[in-house]
Amino acid sequence: MSVVDLGDGAVRALNQALHRLPRETNDRHWRILNPRGQHAIAAGLTVPIEVEVEGHAGYYCAGMNREATVTIHGHCGWGVAENIMSGVVRVKGDASQAAAASGRGGLVVVEGNASARCGISMKGVDIVVGGSVGHMSAFMAQRGRLVVCGDCGDDLGDSIYEAMLFVRGKVGRLGADCIEKDMTAAQREALAALLESAEIPADAGAFRRYGSARRLYHFHVDHADAY
Amino acid sequence: MCGIVGLFLKDPALHPTLGAHISRMLIGMSERGPDSAGIALYHRPIAAPGSKLTLAHADPNFRWRELAGALGADLDEEVDVDVRADHAVFTLAGGHAQARAWLASHHPEVRVMSYGQVIEIYKDTGAPAVVSRKYEVAAAEGSHALGHTRMATESAVTEAGSHPFTADADMCLVHNGSLSNYNRLREWLRRRGQAFESDNDTEVAARYFAYRLGEGASLKEALAAGLTDLDGFYTFAMGTRDGFAVLRDGIACKPAVLAETDAWVAMASEYRSLAGLPGVERAVVWEPEPTVVYSWSLGRGAGAGAEA
Repeated sequence: MSVVDLGDGAVRALNQALHRLPRETNDRHWRILNPRGQHAIAAGLTVPIEVEVEGHAGYYCAGMNREATVTIHGHCGWGVAENIMSGVVRVKGDASQAAAASGRGGLVVVEGNASARCGISMKGVDIVVGGSVGHMSAFMAQRGRLVVCGDCGDDLGDSIYEAMLFVRGKVGRLGADCIEKDMTAAQREALAALLESAEIPADAGAFRRYGSARRLYHFHVDHADAY
Repeated sequence: MCGIVGLFLKDPALHPTLGAHISRMLIGMSERGPDSAGIALYHRPIAAPGSKLTLAHADPNFRWRELAGALGADLDEEVDVDVRADHAVFTLAGGHAQARAWLASHHPEVRVMSYGQVIEIYKDTGAPAVVSRKYEVAAAEGSHALGHTRMATESAVTEAGSHPFTADADMCLVHNGSLSNYNRLREWLRRRGQAFESDNDTEVAARYFAYRLGEGASLKEALAAGLTDLDGFYTFAMGTRDGFAVLRDGIACKPAVLAETDAWVAMASEYRSLAGLPGVERAVVWEPEPTVVYSWSLGRGAGAGAEA
C-alpha cells in the first residue's frame, strides 16, 4: 500500500504519480492522508486501483474517473466524480453540489446527503444517495439512474431526457416535463440489484419512479423508428 | 468569485487565538479572492458610554496623533490612538456620533471603516496574506471575526470597494456573489435616510440590513427580509456586537460550509479554510440550506445555538 500525506499541499504530485501508473501496476492500493478540503484529489484516474481519501475533500474529487475505486472517508466539495466514465466513487459523508455531474458511466454512492444539482446532465452514470438531495437534481439528465433514499428538493428532473429517477422519500415540486411513472417488475429488480451493489440497505419496493413525460424535447417517441 | 470566512467563539478560553485562526482562514481563501481583503474583529470592548472608531487614510504617514489631539480638543475629551499601518483605532470616552460628524466636516478625506464599542475593521487592496500581516490580524484576541477575500466584479478594486461593509454600530456584512437590483434599492434606502460611500452592491445590502435592524428587526428577521427584497446571488455572513449569521439565496450557486463544535462556529466559502481549526475533526460539518437563516448569539447563558 502507498500512503501519501497531503498536509503539505502536494495534490499535483500525487495526481501525477497516479496518472503514471501502468494498467498492470502492482501498486493497487493508495491511502491519502490529510486531504484538508484540497481540490481535484485523485482526479483523472484511468487504471483499476483503489484509492482511499482519509478526510474531507474539496472540489472535483475523483473527477473523470475511469476504472478506479475511490472512497472518501468524509465530506466532499462541489463536483465529486464529475464526468465519471466508469469505476466506483463512494462518499462516506455528504457531497456538495453537482455530485456526479455529466457522468457517463460507473457508480457514484453518497452515503450521506447530496446537495443541489446532484446528477445534473448525467449521461449514463448510476448514482445512489443514502440521504436526500437538494434542488435541481437530475437537471437535463440524459441517461443513467439516480436513486435517492431520502427526499428531493424542488425542480427534480427539470428538462429531463431518458434518465430514470427513483425516490423513496418526499419529492418537492417536480421540474418541467418530469412526471411520476410506473415501475415494471424488471425495473424494480434492477433497482434492487443496484442498491445491493451500492451496499445501501433499502427495500426496492419502497421507491417511486420519475422520468420524462417526453413533451419537451424534440424527439417524439412515436417517431422512434425514424431514427 | 470571492471568499468569505467567519469565526464565532463560544468558549472564552479560545479568545486569545481568534486572530491566529481567522488569519489562517482568510489566507485559505486567497485563490478565491486575490485582489483585496478585509477583516472585522470583535474585540477589546469599550465600556459605555465610551466608543471606538477604526479610521483609514490614503497617506501611510498621516499624523493620526495630531488629528486625535484636534478632535479631543474640540470635543473636550481624551482620545486614545492605536495606529496600524494606514489605519488607526480612536478610543473615545464618549459616543461615536459626534466624533464622526467632526471628522466629516474637518477631515472628509479620513475614511471611517467602523464604529461602535466592539468592532474594528481593517481592509486594503492586495493579497490576503499581505493584508493580514499589515494589520497584525494574527495577534488579535476577541470573540468573533469575519473576513473577505475579493475578486472584484461589480465595482473597482479599491479599499472603498473591499469588504467587510459596515452600516451601523458594531455591524458588518461580507458577501460572496453579486446583486442585480441594488441601484433601485439604494434609491429606496436614500429616501429613508441612509447615506452611501461607494457604488458597491454589497454596501447597499449592508445598509439594507442596518435599516431593517434599525426598524427593530432581530438579526434573523433582518436577513429573512432580504430574501424578498434583495435580487441576486449571495452567500452572506453578518456580524453584530453579540451575533453571527449566515444566509444563502434560493439558487445557492455561491458555496458555503458551516462547522460547529461546543467551542466555536465557523463558516467559510470552502472547507479548506476550516481544516486548521482546533477539533475540526470532531466538528459537525454541513452545507447551509438555501434561504435558511442560520444565526448564533453570545451571552444567552451558556447558550450560543443555531436558530435556523
